[in-house]
Amino acid sequence: MAKRTIIPFGPQHPVLPEPVHLDLVIEDETVVEAIPSIGFIHRGLEKLVEKRDYTQMVYVIERICGICSFGHGWGAAASIEGAMNVKVPERAEYLRTILHELSRLHSHLLWLGLLADAFGFESLFNHCWRVRETILDILEKTTGGRVIFSICKVGGLNKDIDNDTLKEIVETLKELKPQIKELTDVFLEDDSVKNRMVGVGVLTKADAEALCAVGPVARGSGVFQDMRMTNSHGVYDKLDFEPVIETAGDCYARCKVRIGEVFQSIELITKAVGQIPDGPVSVAVKGNVEGEYITRMEQPRGEAFYYAKGANSKFLQRMRVRTPTNMNIPALVKTLEGCDLADVPILILTIDPCISCTER
Amino acid sequence: MSYIAKSPWVIHYDGSSCNGCDIEVLACLTPMYDVERFGIINTGNPKHADVFLVTGSVNEQNKDVVKQIYEQMPEPKVVVAVGICACSGGVFKQCYNIMGGVDTVIPVDVYVPGCAARPEAIIDGVVKGLAVLQEKRDKMVKGIDAPAEAPETKAETSGEEEKADQAEKTEEGGKTDE
Amino acid sequence: MSERVDVKQNFTPVEVSQLLTKVKNLKSDGYRFAQACATVVDDKIEIIYSFDKAHQLTNLRLVISPEEEVESITGDYWPAFIYENEMHDLFGVKFIHMALDYQGNFFKVSEPTPWSPKK
Repeated sequence: MAKRTIIPFGPQHPVLPEPVHLDLVIEDETVVEAIPSIGFIHRGLEKLVEKRDYTQMVYVIERICGICSFGHGWGAAASIEGAMNVKVPERAEYLRTILHELSRLHSHLLWLGLLADAFGFESLFNHCWRVRETILDILEKTTGGRVIFSICKVGGLNKDIDNDTLKEIVETLKELKPQIKELTDVFLEDDSVKNRMVGVGVLTKADAEALCAVGPVARGSGVFQDMRMTNSHGVYDKLDFEPVIETAGDCYARCKVRIGEVFQSIELITKAVGQIPDGPVSVAVKGNVEGEYITRMEQPRGEAFYYAKGANSKFLQRMRVRTPTNMNIPALVKTLEGCDLADVPILILTIDPCISCTER
Repeated sequence: MSYIAKSPWVIHYDGSSCNGCDIEVLACLTPMYDVERFGIINTGNPKHADVFLVTGSVNEQNKDVVKQIYEQMPEPKVVVAVGICACSGGVFKQCYNIMGGVDTVIPVDVYVPGCAARPEAIIDGVVKGLAVLQEKRDKMVKGIDAPAEAPETKAETSGEEEKADQAEKTEEGGKTDE
Repeated sequence: MSERVDVKQNFTPVEVSQLLTKVKNLKSDGYRFAQACATVVDDKIEIIYSFDKAHQLTNLRLVISPEEEVESITGDYWPAFIYENEMHDLFGVKFIHMALDYQGNFFKVSEPTPWSPKK
């Protein structure tokens, strides 16, 4: 009978860019139980609704997270627009979709890099981040910011992106595609990489459904779930969008889903730029927020949930954000049970945790 | 005697930031900005580190972690606050769980503002921090050579304690305001 | 090509006593738990439970007074422990029979229950 030991993991750990703490109960080298404790980034920013009016709240919500910042800004704006019955111009919806997919590209490339870093493939990490810089350059050129954009507002966008710039973006992405392909081939075909991922941390379809997993974690286990299949945001219905789904449920499958989405995003952007109509990018929004509205978005990490409630005032009564990592923590705890201690960092990374999102 | 300034090791900790500054700190290490050409290496171990990069405005639960990492770092050490939240609390200043800046918990040497701070600014901040590091080191060497100056270092630590006391006071003050 | 889902906004009011039965029904219908959140409305607390099935959202609205005890739904949906602990720590909502109870240590906050309507 092996002795049980508890290994504290985090909050400050080389593999984690963000603080989260896990108590790993281990027997020999195997994890028997994992107890998560969070709260290291809990700022309480949802309570700022009392001090900031609804137009300012969009910028506060955007700062929940520096990786999915555009999506958060959009989600907050969309839920407020829903409560106020504001119809956003079509060009703005197209531009929002393009910017959201660009964010997904940068987020997935960032994640691929961090994954490579987690299994000690330092040069692959650096290459992923080198490619990611091109996306950041596009975002900086169009929105003005590298990670926090502040371009989304209630009623549309703060500024237009002209058609010539959009065509340039498509050209840049076309040049980038073979470079990304070169990198993703390493993830999918290299033996040493596959050794660390194939068959590791299997989450079955039944478990994924029971544990309410979302996003690439659920799709990697064969669950048909993608908020882009709804009409709640963007123009995905006009872009013939179909989700990327894998069935194996292991780390490799989750990685494959995200790699599939990288190329899918490039296609979606190309298609959107081909169809984008001319016109204004915002409408004037006046008055107070009355009523409540729920918007759900497909963030790079999965389904995000935005709930705005107003009581006929400039200040919202409640702005609730439920982020994808929140929903994936139960799945993580489950997959950690019975895994090797050495696989813990990779397992944590394959749910693509965003702790600042989770705790707000 | 400037080996420390030529090859400083940095440790990074996210004290309740939004991630924006964190990924920019990481971006500094990657080929586009590549701080490794200055001999700077990111380490996960506070006991190896010379420069402490803190992002975020530090919340209730993080306070002790930040303090602990700071105390584990060997002298001389430099603290760089990255991002406007780390400098003053930024957009989250009025949140109930926020201390309002890294300097409410540990002494800060260099402030790098920005939301999010750009990699160029972070590199600039670290380079500014290196000058402070060298200064602190020179002082230490002098202190070892001439033991008469030992009380000076003592005064410095008490200064830090005073600052920590002050931070506690402001924290209490913040509470009574509400 | 799959159909787009037109997401409706629906909120069904529910009593504290009916909550568990309603949740059990949703569970046997194959719904996925999406989230739970609390809102302070005057001196009452309003809890919204959201469930998803094939991309369509169903919401239950529960209105309670701050002292009232609510039966935990973690028996049916274990992942709800995150939200129940969060509501307990931030709003002071009392849940009973939680499958994983952090007993107020989920979030460490500078003041207890900052959202509580009593303030």
